[in-house]
Amino acid sequence: MSETQVKLPDTNKLVISSSPHIHEPNSSVPRIMKLVLLALLPASLASIWVFGLRALWLILVTTVSAVAIEALCNRVMKQKLTIGDCSAAVTGLLLALNLPPMVPTWVCIVGAAFAIILGKMVYGGLGYNPFNPALVGRIVLLLALPTIMTHWTKPVVPKTPTYVASAKLEENASDAAKTAQAEVKKEAEDKKQGGFLQHFTWTREADAKTQATPLAIQKQAPVQGVNKGYVVTSATPNKPFIQTNYTCMDLFLGNIPGSIGETSKLAILIGGLFLLVLGLIRWQVPVFYIGTVAVISAIAHAVSPEAYSPALVEILSGGLFFGAFFMATDMVTSPLTKTGAIIFAIGCGVINSVIRLWGSYPEGVTFSILLMNALTPLIDKCTAGRPFGALPHKKEAK
Amino acid sequence: MSTFLQKFFYGGIHPDDRKVSKESAIQEAPLFPTYTVPLSMHIGAPAKPVVKPGETVLKGQLLAEAGGFVSAPIHSPTSGKVGPIASCVGPMGNLIPCFTITSDGNDTAAEPMPALDPKESSPADLKKRVGDAGIVGMGGASFPTLVKLSPNKPVDTLILNGVECEPGLTADHRLMLEDPETILAGATACATILGVKNVYVGIEANKPDAIAKMQSLASKYGVQVCELRVRYPQGAEKQLIYAVTGRKVPTGGLPMDVGCVVSNVGSCAAIGEAVLQGKPLYERVTTVTGRPVVNPSNWRLRVGTTYGQAIALAGGVSEDPAKIISGGPMMGFTVYSLDVPIMKNTSGILLLGPEELHQFEYHPCIRCGRCNDHCPMQLMPATLGTTAENARYDLAEAWNATDCIECGCCSYVCPSHRPLVQFIRRAKADIMTRRRAAAAAAKAAAAPKPEPKPEAPKPADAPKPEAK
Repeated sequence: MSETQVKLPDTNKLVISSSPHIHEPNSSVPRIMKLVLLALLPASLASIWVFGLRALWLILVTTVSAVAIEALCNRVMKQKLTIGDCSAAVTGLLLALNLPPMVPTWVCIVGAAFAIILGKMVYGGLGYNPFNPALVGRIVLLLALPTIMTHWTKPVVPKTPTYVASAKLEENASDAAKTAQAEVKKEAEDKKQGGFLQHFTWTREADAKTQATPLAIQKQAPVQGVNKGYVVTSATPNKPFIQTNYTCMDLFLGNIPGSIGETSKLAILIGGLFLLVLGLIRWQVPVFYIGTVAVISAIAHAVSPEAYSPALVEILSGGLFFGAFFMATDMVTSPLTKTGAIIFAIGCGVINSVIRLWGSYPEGVTFSILLMNALTPLIDKCTAGRPFGALPHKKEAK
Repeated sequence: MSTFLQKFFYGGIHPDDRKVSKESAIQEAPLFPTYTVPLSMHIGAPAKPVVKPGETVLKGQLLAEAGGFVSAPIHSPTSGKVGPIASCVGPMGNLIPCFTITSDGNDTAAEPMPALDPKESSPADLKKRVGDAGIVGMGGASFPTLVKLSPNKPVDTLILNGVECEPGLTADHRLMLEDPETILAGATACATILGVKNVYVGIEANKPDAIAKMQSLASKYGVQVCELRVRYPQGAEKQLIYAVTGRKVPTGGLPMDVGCVVSNVGSCAAIGEAVLQGKPLYERVTTVTGRPVVNPSNWRLRVGTTYGQAIALAGGVSEDPAKIISGGPMMGFTVYSLDVPIMKNTSGILLLGPEELHQFEYHPCIRCGRCNDHCPMQLMPATLGTTAENARYDLAEAWNATDCIECGCCSYVCPSHRPLVQFIRRAKADIMTRRRAAAAAAKAAAAPKPEPKPEAPKPADAPKPEAK
């Protein structure tokens, strides 16, 4: 080959930059956020299955308003549009999944506004917020509108036939349990007659049946007995609403009252495992959070079985799974280090259990995560690793 | 296979290794009409010229002698006429003084230095030979090997660095396959100089042929081959020492603090040639690779060959590259001229096509912690990046910025595309300037003082970074 045929680089097209010159492929903030949205898909679908199209409506309204409010903030703050990073959509969806099914539409918008403005934009946007924005939105709503935010309704899905079948096995169950079962059976038949149309409740139902969440039940009157994973709640005359019983399977599948996204632990697990496999969340957070709650509940139950529910019921109730997989793992507001993540998760678990077992609120997930968010910088500072090869006690010697 | 010490160092990344030229045998480059030989191809004082412009020199003849203890002599890559001392663009973009050697076409070699025996010759003779041959660290840092072989602390281990963890580069790999005996002879000479018994060769597990080759010669030369995990930056000195011996080089310390000396296999081959053949270091194996390169290949190039000539040897380019990198993609330097000369430490010339150009707008840190998980020095790059971004270099110092080895793993993994290692470099530069100023002030204060000297600048007085 002669010299003339060889093409040499055009030096005018060369770029000068500091190393490294390569970047990990497919790694960007929008991609992470889109994957989180994808991971929330099972929980969103489950919410629609459990609470009907009302859930879909809440999800759409909250997510769209969160994105719109962020765009508005960008405009007012004369920033570049940041909705492209999809973090506003994640915040909106997380908030939506944390709402009770029958909240009015305006509450969704107010909640999204507080989440985005007070939770994120006042600090300078994504990355600078000390608290989880979705939880900020939720806590504002919970404190300002306690009645609306604790208005729980029955799921629209009828009880599963397996449940009824297993109920038949309970020959020796207490009268209360039998009454409860009979009610459930009757209700299931009602629902079946209502058919699939039950799902199409777009608007707020005036006659939506109020029903306490399992946690509220436990708070009012503790679980009386557990047989074969069968949770029977006491029916006391002065607390007439405590007449529902849930199996652990119900708690797991999500066929229970609660915030729309938090009820189905199965769906949350699918999404959470997806995030774990992709390495987007640290396994330490859900494992230690749920583990701590389980241990404390188990101890409490062992000490006083009449007063406290068993560990399995405790961890499957309320928003613990949702919080542990999707809220406490929020990158911006949780510690950077692995050790820090463990401390953070254990702290969340302890605060959550304390609130649940001895506090005045039935649920403590929101408070526990927000409180630990406040401690995150401190945890980071305390758990910062020594550099590789650091001399022992070098700092003290200084 | 000797996998006895596959220790995991903390963190690191595993980029696509891009080693397309690993099957390409080392080729001899033809003689070029001129060579641009820089006077400073090493860390430390530039070499002092001993020939005058217009003088005729032979291949391997001394052009410049070491300009100090931390320095290295420079030899002519061919026979011909020495031009006036001019300046040329170095790989880091700065102008460096250089000789221009105009070849006479005969390539007449000077009388080689007498051959030595790597095992039997006296350590002093061998050491002098390493110095006279102008050997420097050929893995990239170009630290004069003579200095490395003169530790002032007891040393019991010599580690040969055959890791070559930078994506794309295959020069050391080919050298280990094609010339293992010279490498091991050089290693034996180093061991004799240092008086050490333990000699290890660290090779990443993705080069099984090189491991097998070295293994077959291991007992003959009394070395142990360590198959190492494929993980960038496995070839970083501190990480390599930890992987092979389990020892941790203390913060701010040198390998000799833990009784180790690390030498690149390329340097060992050069030492081997200097000892066995009396040949000074004026050529090296360099990889010319990258997607735009027509024939990614390995070449034995003389010092002073230009990048343009080297790229032409590899068949030129099929498209205009976006970057020409001296070294590998993780730690190499981009060059803007084809006239940059090959130096003693040019392990590779990597070209990146326009589609491989990664230019990003960076975003705020989302604290995902990935940099933290991947930092081989167990630092907190996220925190360091934020402090340096805000010109709080005092805080960066408190967060151990000076321990950064600038491997670039943090920037590689950052989903916000933050230039973390670049931020940290800026912080390090500032901290070093400040420390030097403080040291100078302390020295001035210690000297008989005619009047009180100003204090060392306070952290708050740190100069603001230039406008972005």
